[in-house]
Amino acid sequence: WSHFATGVEQVRLLDRFSNKSTNGTLYLTATHLIFVENSSNNSTSILHHHIASLEKLSLTTTGCPLVIQCRNFRVVHFVVPRERDCHDIYSSLLRLLRPVSYEELYAFSYNPKQNDQQREEGWQLIDLGAEFERMGVPCDQWQLTDVNRDYKVCETYPRDLYVPITASKPIIVGSSKFRSKGRFPVLTYFYQEKKAAVCRCSQPLSGFSARCLEDESMLQAISKANHNSRFVYVMDTRPKLNALANRAAGKGYENEDNYSNIRFQFVGIENIHVMRTSLQKLLEVIGTRSLSMSDYLVGLESCGWLRHIKAIVDAAIFLTKAVTVEGASVLVHCSDGWDRTAQVCSLGALLMDPYYRTIKGFMVLIEKDWISFGHKFADRCDQLDGDSKEVSPIFTQFLECVWQLTEQFPQAFEFSEWFLLQIHEHVHSCQYGNFLGNNQRQREELQLRERTHSLWAYLMSEKDNYLNPFYSPAYSESHPVLEPSTLPYHFKFWRNMYHQFDRSMHPRQSILKTILTLRENKAPTARCDPHRNIRSPCTSSHQRPALQLERAPATSRLPHPGGAHQPQRSAAAGGGRRAGGGGRGGHGEHRHGADSRGQQRH
Amino acid sequence: MEFAELIKTPRVDGVVLHRPFMPTVEGTLCLTGHHLILSSRQDNTEELWLLHSNIDSIEKRFVGSVGSIIVKCKDLRVIQLDIPGMEECLNISSSVEALSTLDSVSLMYPFFYRPMFEVIEDGWNSFLPEDAFKDLESMTDEWRLSEVNKDFSVCPSYPPLVAVPKDVDDDTLRKVATFRHSGRFPVLSYYHKKNGMVMMRAGQPLTGTNGRRCKEDEKLINATLRPGKRGYIIDTRSINVAQQAKARGGGFESEANYPQWRRIHKAIERANVLQESLIKLVEACSDQSHSMDRWLSKLEASSWQAHVKEILTTACLAAQCIDREGASVLIHGTEGTDSTLQVTSLAQIILDPACRTIRGFQGLVEREWLQAGHPFQQRCAQSAYSNSKPRQEAPVFLLFLDCVWQILRQFPCSFEFSESFLVLLFEHAYASQFGTFLGNSAAERAKLSLPEKTVSLWSWVNRPQELERLTNPLYEANSLVIWPSVAPQSLLLWEGVFLRWNRSSKCLDEAYEESQQNSKRLSALLTKNIFVLLCLSTLCNALL
Repeated sequence: WSHFATGVEQVRLLDRFSNKSTNGTLYLTATHLIFVENSSNNSTSILHHHIASLEKLSLTTTGCPLVIQCRNFRVVHFVVPRERDCHDIYSSLLRLLRPVSYEELYAFSYNPKQNDQQREEGWQLIDLGAEFERMGVPCDQWQLTDVNRDYKVCETYPRDLYVPITASKPIIVGSSKFRSKGRFPVLTYFYQEKKAAVCRCSQPLSGFSARCLEDESMLQAISKANHNSRFVYVMDTRPKLNALANRAAGKGYENEDNYSNIRFQFVGIENIHVMRTSLQKLLEVIGTRSLSMSDYLVGLESCGWLRHIKAIVDAAIFLTKAVTVEGASVLVHCSDGWDRTAQVCSLGALLMDPYYRTIKGFMVLIEKDWISFGHKFADRCDQLDGDSKEVSPIFTQFLECVWQLTEQFPQAFEFSEWFLLQIHEHVHSCQYGNFLGNNQRQREELQLRERTHSLWAYLMSEKDNYLNPFYSPAYSESHPVLEPSTLPYHFKFWRNMYHQFDRSMHPRQSILKTILTLRENKAPTARCDPHRNIRSPCTSSHQRPALQLERAPATSRLPHPGGAHQPQRSAAAGGGRRAGGGGRGGHGEHRHGADSRGQQRH
Repeated sequence: MEFAELIKTPRVDGVVLHRPFMPTVEGTLCLTGHHLILSSRQDNTEELWLLHSNIDSIEKRFVGSVGSIIVKCKDLRVIQLDIPGMEECLNISSSVEALSTLDSVSLMYPFFYRPMFEVIEDGWNSFLPEDAFKDLESMTDEWRLSEVNKDFSVCPSYPPLVAVPKDVDDDTLRKVATFRHSGRFPVLSYYHKKNGMVMMRAGQPLTGTNGRRCKEDEKLINATLRPGKRGYIIDTRSINVAQQAKARGGGFESEANYPQWRRIHKAIERANVLQESLIKLVEACSDQSHSMDRWLSKLEASSWQAHVKEILTTACLAAQCIDREGASVLIHGTEGTDSTLQVTSLAQIILDPACRTIRGFQGLVEREWLQAGHPFQQRCAQSAYSNSKPRQEAPVFLLFLDCVWQILRQFPCSFEFSESFLVLLFEHAYASQFGTFLGNSAAERAKLSLPEKTVSLWSWVNRPQELERLTNPLYEANSLVIWPSVAPQSLLLWEGVFLRWNRSSKCLDEAYEESQQNSKRLSALLTKNIFVLLCLSTLCNALL
């Protein structure tokens, strides 16, 4: 990329919702595409891994347009004066954004200047064994089994699994053979108060009539482990039609006649393909310029996105009620048990257990229900050049469900939405090892613990940035179980996620930030040095072009990935707009400044 | 007339009150001339005091010998009262119906209400036009205060004193009044100190189909232009609607006769359309079907959010003409008493930091709504639940408040008042113990002797304990123009009004209150610590 070492000058960055544009220079580094504004020296940097698609539009009088869509929903529109430069950038990026092996991912080259011990400590931050102990497992009814120690029974499950005391090895192995991908029923959450368990698995290979005695015994064992209830709920999170269709392929769902003491229930969450299309439609609608209110609302409805979000929350509420009110154990599955099952189990646990609503607890929850139980992050998030039909915003939906709950229960969560947004950012950045690969076995093969860093350690070190000032531990004590309303108007469009980088869409001042700023100022030490090192909210570190190294430090201490949401006192600065156009007349742009964190660490 | 004649049954025991998401209360129901009261006669149980004038509609239901009445209020609350005894129930219901639909203004509660608080400042004198003019005089000498309307004869819906260009005499004003709808000749609405540009408002010009013109009208509005400058006329109606108005004697300013003005048409809906929209929105909000598609499609079909967007967009346009283009603006629709006022008042919120203070906002409501002749009594006679055929009712003022709330949400630190002030104004515009929103114009208020016979809402608001309740703890004076985003994604449903009576938003209120206290503590801390303050301002400057 030596061609770009000096940068492509006179590039224009167009705002996608107004007629504004900024001039600057475009640089390409090994990991980032960086646009540095001429006037302010502010920069916008885009990690190559974040680029979802790249489009070179036909040449115009002012130059060659290049449109980049990112996985964090940033959309940038450059106009490069010379077509040749544009083509060079385009083809270089194309090569960069389709990695074929994990080793090419950023995590393997990212170096935050930590020694091996610090790195190892980072990985030890989350300990799932300790988490099961916290839930009260193992106990007289549930035990740790070593049946999957070598990933022999199920290669997409973790090594350590918890099963009922009465589930013998033959039962487990038999059951796993009767379940799609060998994903037999295992414990994921234990509700100590009622001794009720949340278990997860994949669909049974029942076809039209097949049955499996071991699998039936397995469910029996789960039932017996709970003395509070005479039956187990089996929640099939799919729409009934999908489950029926699966029977023709030798899969399907549990026949209530063959399993004693189960109550079977469909909850109707759509599959990954429906979700992918839904998000695409949503992004299309909200990306429209001069969108009318009517088109917006019609679009919100027809894309179905909020309906899907509500379906997931509804399912989690069903699970929570069954466990906390009825004291029944619940077995949750979908098809393979790694998408909808992960959504419902983790969201249900979040509703039941205040621990998961803390910063640390939320990390544990993701580690447990998503990472360790084999949500296919690599496929779903398109980490390597692969099958585009496997890509789906399942984890994004989970984060959004959590956000919807934080809106309903502003005091119940230790973290603010910036925490969710930051996690989302890094699920796609491939900067940390946590989310690489599709399952634990693969992660071990990649030696991620040895070769990459853990996101959790980084987020923990930045914890102050993600605190929710309204959080009240007393509230959590008095409301251990959250009972959200599912009336449709409680589900809102998550502007800060899908328009995170569209500054013009956002409130110009933020209550959250103001309060956090006030709080921070409570400790008036070390505040008055204007050249203090301020953590930039920037999401990633990168090599900066040499000419940029002497920049002033970034100006904000608050977490806003990519620099959206600076509390801005007025929009009055900046260029005007001709009368006749409605809306905002313009405002001072403030993207994140220098990536000071990156600088400090390099 | 005696109220006693209307009260068939003054008191019933054993009445059960149901409110959504709240425990039921059993007690004695009493009817007075102005209130429906339910008291459990026990300590620490709250009593219900409901103004009859707050009741929008009432329905009866019978199950056996127990009758229920469902009371739907103008503030959008719905309650149910179970009344033992069929006769009692019928009596209560018909009494309440009669008492809540009294036609005579002088029988309204404000004429009977005696304040239980000490009036520190009489609100009736707090916002006199002559005082507002003194502020103007300190900035410019190009305007004068005319008494041409002192007996309300030139324009019945204007106040006795109006600000007009200095060079235009009263005779000219009288002639112009005959050329404008309801005599509403162009008057000063706002003076932009920063560049001396002005915003004026008026009724539509009565050009009719044959293009009548009025030299005095042209002279008047041209007198507000600086030499060589052009101005903008913002007609709040679409060009089609404005064209159609010609057939009824109305119309708009032609380019030929007003060459120094550029006319822009926007499409803010008329009153009856807005009322329909409110009814649909409230209906959508009470839908219990739990279907996302149904909710979104009903929300869309109500068009409420579209109205909010259109009004805000027009206000932004007016503000841009003044602040960005450096041009003066004349705003009118048809009568100049509804959409015109929405636009002029919102533009001032955007442009003028003074309007974002508690007192400044009161002044704005007083100037741009009450004295400007918004017909509150007609517009707020009924709300969303009324069964009677709408006459002049329309949520014009509520839409204005909604738009202010949208801006407040986008600039939560730039307003001295909190959302509760807006909700309070909504409530009192529809039903109140105070006289402020009675009548349709200054003339009517004078005729009713409201300042002598009733208490002003402002007298109540401007007391320390009330002000504290309405204050936004995050307020930090912002002297700049604030441009709201009008993208549909940036505009929200005003839950504080439309979803107010359900539990979840109550839970949010609690959190909000806590956060308010939280930030009050923090800001108290902040003011104590000048050192910190300095640092904060450094930080803020860095962000600008």
